[in-house]
Amino acid sequence: MARTLFEKVWDLHTVRRLPNGQTQLFVGLHLVHEVTSPQAFADLDARQWRVTRPDRTFATIDHIIPTGPQVRPFADGMAETMTAALEENCRTHGIPLFDPASGAQGIVHVIGPELGLTQPGMTIACGDSHTSTHGAFGALAFGIGTTAVRDVLASQTLAMAPMKTRRIDIHGRLSPGVYAKDVILAIINRLGVHAGTGFAYEYAGDAIDRMSMDERMTICNMSIEGGARVGYCNPDETTFEYLRGRRFAPAGERFARARQWWHGLRSDPDARWDDVVQVAAAAIAPTVTWGTNPGQSVPIDGRVPDRGADPAAQASLVEALAFMGLRPGQPMIGTRIDVAFVGSCTNARLSDLREAARLVRGHRLARHVRGLVVPGSQAVARAAEAEGLAAVFQDAGFEWRRAGCSMCLAMNPDRLNGREVCASSSNRNFRGRQGSPTGRTLLMSPAMVAAAAVAGELVDVRSWSGLTS
Amino acid sequence: MERTHVVTNAAIVRIAGTAISLRGPDIDTDRIMPARFLKAVTFEGLEAHLFADDRVAAAREGRVHPFDEPARAGARVLVVESNFGCGSSREHAPQALRRRGLEVIIGESFADIFASNALGIGLACVVARRDDLVALHTAIADAPGRRVVVDLAASLAAWDGGSIAISLPAAARDALLTGEWDSVARLLEDPAAIDRVAARLPYLDGFA
Ligand code: SF4
Repeated sequence: MARTLFEKVWDLHTVRRLPNGQTQLFVGLHLVHEVTSPQAFADLDARQWRVTRPDRTFATIDHIIPTGPQVRPFADGMAETMTAALEENCRTHGIPLFDPASGAQGIVHVIGPELGLTQPGMTIACGDSHTSTHGAFGALAFGIGTTAVRDVLASQTLAMAPMKTRRIDIHGRLSPGVYAKDVILAIINRLGVHAGTGFAYEYAGDAIDRMSMDERMTICNMSIEGGARVGYCNPDETTFEYLRGRRFAPAGERFARARQWWHGLRSDPDARWDDVVQVAAAAIAPTVTWGTNPGQSVPIDGRVPDRGADPAAQASLVEALAFMGLRPGQPMIGTRIDVAFVGSCTNARLSDLREAARLVRGHRLARHVRGLVVPGSQAVARAAEAEGLAAVFQDAGFEWRRAGCSMCLAMNPDRLNGREVCASSSNRNFRGRQGSPTGRTLLMSPAMVAAAAVAGELVDVRSWSGLTS
Repeated sequence: MERTHVVTNAAIVRIAGTAISLRGPDIDTDRIMPARFLKAVTFEGLEAHLFADDRVAAAREGRVHPFDEPARAGARVLVVESNFGCGSSREHAPQALRRRGLEVIIGESFADIFASNALGIGLACVVARRDDLVALHTAIADAPGRRVVVDLAASLAAWDGGSIAISLPAAARDALLTGEWDSVARLLEDPAAIDRVAARLPYLDGFA
C-alpha cells in the first residue's frame, strides 16, 4: 500500500500499541543539551537506572554558553552549574559530549546534521521544540519535554499519539532577495500559528527540490512555529550528497547501501495525506514580523495591518501592537532598529552567514545599531573565518561571537536592554524572548537583518541586492 | 539491571476547586515561564516565577494579574483560550503550573508538546467549545471564590449555575483515569519488543 514517508518511518519504529492507544516508538537518535536534561538525569539516578543506549545519545552545550570568552568557571554561576551537571551526567552514563574543547560544539540542531548524525529514516528526539529541523533529511524528529527525555534515556522509546499529515507543495521560483526564511514565515502567516496542531508537515514541490539542505533546515526548523511538532522533506540527491563524507555518515559500500534504503523512504506519489496545501513561491516577498507571534508578519513593502481576521485575532493584534509600539497602517520599511542579530538554529549556518556578509561587505553598521553575528557551531565559525566572512562582519562593526543560542533566547549574557528593537534571524518574536521583558523582536532573513543593520532601519533587501552585487 | 514496573500513579478523575481565568489566545511558554528562570537543575520553586513578566507589566499598569489575585491563590483549575502553551518545549511551564497547585487546564486548544508534557506529569489539558469557555470565563471572573468541578469521567465541568461539556484525546483520558499518566513503566515493560525493532533498523549498525 502506498505510504507517506511519515507512515513508513513511523511504522518501522513502532514497538507496540500501548494500552491507552498511544504508540511506543523507538528513538534512533537522542540529542541532549544542558537546559532540558538535568532533571531527567536526576530522575534516572534516583531510580538507579542507566541510560539504555548511550551509543545513540549525543550531547552538546548551546543554550547557556557565553559567546564571548569561555573561561571556566563561567562568570554566571548557574551557567557553570548547568554545564558541570551535563558534563557529569555524560561522564556517568558514557554519553559523548561535544563541548567547546571538542571543536564540534554548537547549537544542537546545527551540529546533528553537520556531524552526519542526522540521517534519513531515523526517529530523532531532543528536549527542544526546534528538533523539527532534522526533518529536512527525511527523519521524523520530535521536540519533547524533560519527562519524555527521561523516558528516552531509560527506554530509548517514546509514547506518542498518532499524527495527521499535511503536504505543503511549494511551486515555482523564489525571486532574488527572497529566502527559505521568507517561505516559512509566509506559510505560517497563511496557515496560522496553530494550524499544525496534531499534524506533521511534509514540505514538497519543485521549490523544495531545488533548495539546499541549509534552506530545507530553515523551513523544517520553524514547523513548530506553525504548530506542527514534526516537519520533513523527502530525501533526495541533495540530501545524500550533503551526508557523504560526514563524520558519522556511512562510508564506501555502506554509503551505497544506505542511499538505496534512504531513497525508498520517500513518500509514494499515490500516498494519502490528510490535507494538501499549494503555495506559489513567486508570490512570496521578503517577510518581516510586526507582532508577538511568528504568524504576525507582512511582506516588507506592506503595512502593519489594521484589523485581525476574527475577534480573537483582532484582540491579539491590538495587544501585540501596543507591546511593539507600532501603529496600524504604518509601513514596515523605515522601522528603526537598535540591534541586529544574525544567529540561531534557524539561520546561523554557513550559507546564511555568506548571504549576510554579501550585503554588509564594504558597509558600516549604522551608528546607533549594535550588531551581533553568532555562528551556529564551531565548524561554521571556522569555515566563516577561513572564507573571510568573520572579517567582513568585524570590518563593518559587528561583534563576531562564538557558537551558541545567544540572543535567540538570551539565557547567556547576550540580550536586549529595555525596549530595544531587534532585527533578528531567529525564530520567535514572543514577548521577552530576547532577554528584556519589554524588548521587541522583528523576525526576518539574515540578508534582511544585514541590510537593516547597515541602514539602521528596515529596508527592502530586493533593492539592496542591486546595490552591492 | 532490575527495573521495577509498578508505577500506577493516583488516578485523576475529578478535580474540584477555585479557578483562574486567563484570557488571550496563543499564550506561549516563554510567557508562562521566561527563559531566565530555566537556569536551574531542578524544577523546584519555579511556581514563584509563573508569568513573571506579565505580572510586573500588569502591576505597572495598575491591574492585578489573575495569578496575583489573593482569592485565587489556592486555585486548582485554570481556564484559558486557544493554542495555550505554544512555542518552546520547556517542561518548566507545566511543571510550574502543577507545582502552583493547578490540576486541570480547560481551553479551546493546546499546543501538542505542551499537552504531552502536561500529561506526563498528571496535569490534565481538556478542551471545551469556544462559547462554553466564554461562559466559564465569565462565571469565574464574576465570583473569585466560585468552585468549579471538573469530572473527567463524565466529561463535564460544572459550577453553581452552569455546566459545559469537556473532552480530551482518548489516550490522555485513559491515562489520567487509570493513573497511568507517567508512561515510563509501560515503556520499560517489553524490552524484547524494543530489541526486535532495533534489530530491523539498518542505520543502527551503520548499514553493515
Ligand atoms: S537557537 Fe534558539 S530556537 Fe534554536 S535551539 Fe537555541 S534557543 Fe532554541
